Amino acid sequence: MIDLEHVLVVAALLFSVGLFVALSKRNAVGILMGIELMLNAVNLNLIGFARFVESPRPIDGQVFSIFVITVAAAEAAVALALAVAVYRLRQSIDVDRLNILKW
Amino acid sequence: MEDTAVVVAFYVLVVVTLGSALMVATVRDLIHAVLFLILSFVGVAGLYITLSADFVAVVQVLIYVGAISVLMLFAIMLTPRTGRDNASVPFAAPIGVLAGLVGAVIIFVAFKTEWAKADGGNSFETTAAEIGRALLDPFVIPFEVASVLLVVAMLGAILLVRPGSGGDAG
Repeated sequence: MIDLEHVLVVAALLFSVGLFVALSKRNAVGILMGIELMLNAVNLNLIGFARFVESPRPIDGQVFSIFVITVAAAEAAVALALAVAVYRLRQSIDVDRLNILKW
Repeated sequence: MEDTAVVVAFYVLVVVTLGSALMVATVRDLIHAVLFLILSFVGVAGLYITLSADFVAVVQVLIYVGAISVLMLFAIMLTPRTGRDNASVPFAAPIGVLAGLVGAVIIFVAFKTEWAKADGGNSFETTAAEIGRALLDPFVIPFEVASVLLVVAMLGAILLVRPGSGGDAG
């Protein structure tokens, strides 16, 4: 028997792994991978709510997760283009060494 | 609907998803990390199917497993071999504690809250048709805004990596 709490626990664990990856990696692509993991956890929550919570129109949770996937795709495209542009500028995508905006 | 096979599939997919997410955090090579990330995305798509969201599962495979992973692999391969390190910052342990605390708080709230559960859950007969109707009736404005966002993101990405823009001239 799958219950709502089981889905929420899985999503919480996935979110914290994503948070750890996003905060601890030095490579810009690594940080992006953590963000994608967190967005996946959020989507899993939305799908779980659409499946188990009482609602006049339960399909809305799935529509929301489609929108989240859309925004994640746009974000990934821009972030990876930024990574390539930064690499051309500094020959590195190590975020510890990115200080061109420093005053 | 709710038979043992679905439950077993759910827990197997949970193990696959969380295990490969942990491998993303620990493995040393960035290419391997992306490959484990793809496995994690596939696991989440399987979880969507067990939660009767088949259209979203197909979209997940198309967008995440298909597009975003290929984009990441290309971004890694456009940078040389020395840039493929998946190292953590030196103070990774407190970050791990912080992430664990956040997860613990979310789990605590999830069990503490009285969710308004539907009896036996909502089962969807055809999700694609219902999602299509929802996108064209109550969600028209967000739908159009999302298309504008995609166009802007595409133009921005092209502009950023075009030779002659930013940094050295390509």
